Amino acid sequence: MNRYAVAAIYKFEMARTKRTIFQSIISPVISTSLYFVVFGSAIGSRITEIGGVSYGAFIVPGLIMLSLLTQSISNASFGIYFPKFTGTIYELLSAPVSSFEVLLGYVGAAATKSTLLALIILATAHFFVPLEIAHPFWMLFFLVMTAITFSLFGFIIGIWADNFEKLQVIPLIIITPLVFLGGTFYSVSMLPPFWQTVTQFNPVFYLISGFRWSFYEVADVSLITSLCVMGGFLALCLLAVTWIFKSGYQIRR
Amino acid sequence: MIQITDVNKIYASGFQALNNINLAIKPAEIFALLGPNGAGKTTLISAICGIVDATSGQITVDGKDIVSDYRHTRRLIGLVPQELTTDAFETVWTTVSFSRGLFGKKPDPAFIEKTLKSLSLWNKKDSRLIELSGGMKRRVMIAKALSHEPTILFLDEPTAGVDVELRKDMWQLVRQLRDDGVTIILTTHYIEEAEEIADRIGVIKNGQLILVEDKIMLMNQLGTKQLILDLKEPLTEIPANMTDFNLQLKNNGLQLIYSYDTTEEHTGISVLLQHLSVAGIAFKDIKTDQSSLEDIFVSLVKETT
Ligand SMILES: Nc1ncnc2c1ncn2[C@@H]1O[C@H](COP(=O)(O)OP(=O)(O)OP(=O)(O)O)[C@@H](O)[C@H]1O
Ligand SMILES: [Mg+2]
Repeated sequence: MNRYAVAAIYKFEMARTKRTIFQSIISPVISTSLYFVVFGSAIGSRITEIGGVSYGAFIVPGLIMLSLLTQSISNASFGIYFPKFTGTIYELLSAPVSSFEVLLGYVGAAATKSTLLALIILATAHFFVPLEIAHPFWMLFFLVMTAITFSLFGFIIGIWADNFEKLQVIPLIIITPLVFLGGTFYSVSMLPPFWQTVTQFNPVFYLISGFRWSFYEVADVSLITSLCVMGGFLALCLLAVTWIFKSGYQIRR
Repeated sequence: MIQITDVNKIYASGFQALNNINLAIKPAEIFALLGPNGAGKTTLISAICGIVDATSGQITVDGKDIVSDYRHTRRLIGLVPQELTTDAFETVWTTVSFSRGLFGKKPDPAFIEKTLKSLSLWNKKDSRLIELSGGMKRRVMIAKALSHEPTILFLDEPTAGVDVELRKDMWQLVRQLRDDGVTIILTTHYIEEAEEIADRIGVIKNGQLILVEDKIMLMNQLGTKQLILDLKEPLTEIPANMTDFNLQLKNNGLQLIYSYDTTEEHTGISVLLQHLSVAGIAFKDIKTDQSSLEDIFVSLVKETT
């Protein structure tokens, strides 16, 4: 294990966040806060409670998930894509590092960043809506596992992408709709039966449900189901990344 | 130090960039890889460093296979690529420290400091790379390549875009490294460069290594020298008593050129001069000219076309 290399990549990526603090931290915090203001304070008071939770508080877990997912993906995908784009990948390719060590550095840094971001957003939410966290351990567990899983997913996208468009397309046209339609703003039981069935096929729905349970102990599905779906998606990403490394796809010209 | 055996590279496009390369690089030598654009120099270096996979053949470094034993072999190698690719917003210090870590070395600020100083980059250590000139960036790339104390250094066209002063410094550094035991492989289009710095020279063309030779041997073997006489009166033909000599008339008969082999015991110059005075031919000036590696190179590349 070339731990100095893993540390070097990790540090490099964390330093990049510091440089781009506006884009990677401040801007998502602001845009998420807007939701809290609009739905939590302004409109929220006119919407009835869902499962005994005030509307403003109800949407917090889903919105944190939204930032967590999109930032995990974009951090990790950008991290590995950028060296390919600028050509500095030559150094990574000629270094005595295994693909796994490269992954550890990039995915580790991306997951750290997005977890930190989620915690900042959580703290910010506190200013706008009344919050309680029933199971802090489970809450953190969901945060970290989701961050790792989707950073891994982002890493795969970054390896696959050969232009900036592909890099942005997945978070934009897949993740955002999945989060919005995954029960961020409503409980699935409020939907007509047909849409309830459709929602069952949305993996993000299970994440939000589990995450929200860790706050308020209200959930659309059982905790076990949420954990299984999350574990399943993590396993899928691991499988994909193993296959990519085995086949040498795209990293090596 | 490096052993390349039957290496072929066919790119995904179907283009064969390396054609059955066999080459052994000795420890602590400066090896210059010479060849025109598209000859396959960068491809060969990339194959040794692990940036591209050879399609077939084997490469060993320090006796170890570069694929199965990549951790060992890559630690020994530092690479300065042809293209200037840098992380624009990093500082000199962080980017060089990053390289050291990536190659598995414990942080050593003192060594980085020494490296930056030897490349006259110390006062730029906190500058972001985007603020540096091309020549400075090139030096940063060298610093990165040296940051993990490699025993083999690849320089892919190190002097492209580098001024005379820096070039001199660079050669100084390269010689110093060689004397410290580092093996250096560099590529260049400039024959004078190879002539100036290399211990051995390989010429590559269309993916084939057409010649590998000790520089001095090469110049001796292929090097002929010319004696050029500027005549007072033009000659219409070579005087009868001198037809045995390898003589040519040029410049409307105003120049008499004698080509001879420098490796011969008797060059025949004194005999020729005697003959000239016997024939009553007077000359204004006399000079010699040695065919440079450039001439050799050009004639070689032409021959194989
Ligand atoms: N990724 C690639 N895919 C297909 N062909 C390639 C690729 N990279 C290089 N080539 C081709 O391989 C040949 C050798 O390229 P290479 O870069 O090794 O040449 P070179 O000797 O370094 O040239 P130069 O002096 O211009 O740097 C060229 O014809 C080039 O077009
Ligand atoms: Mg080249």
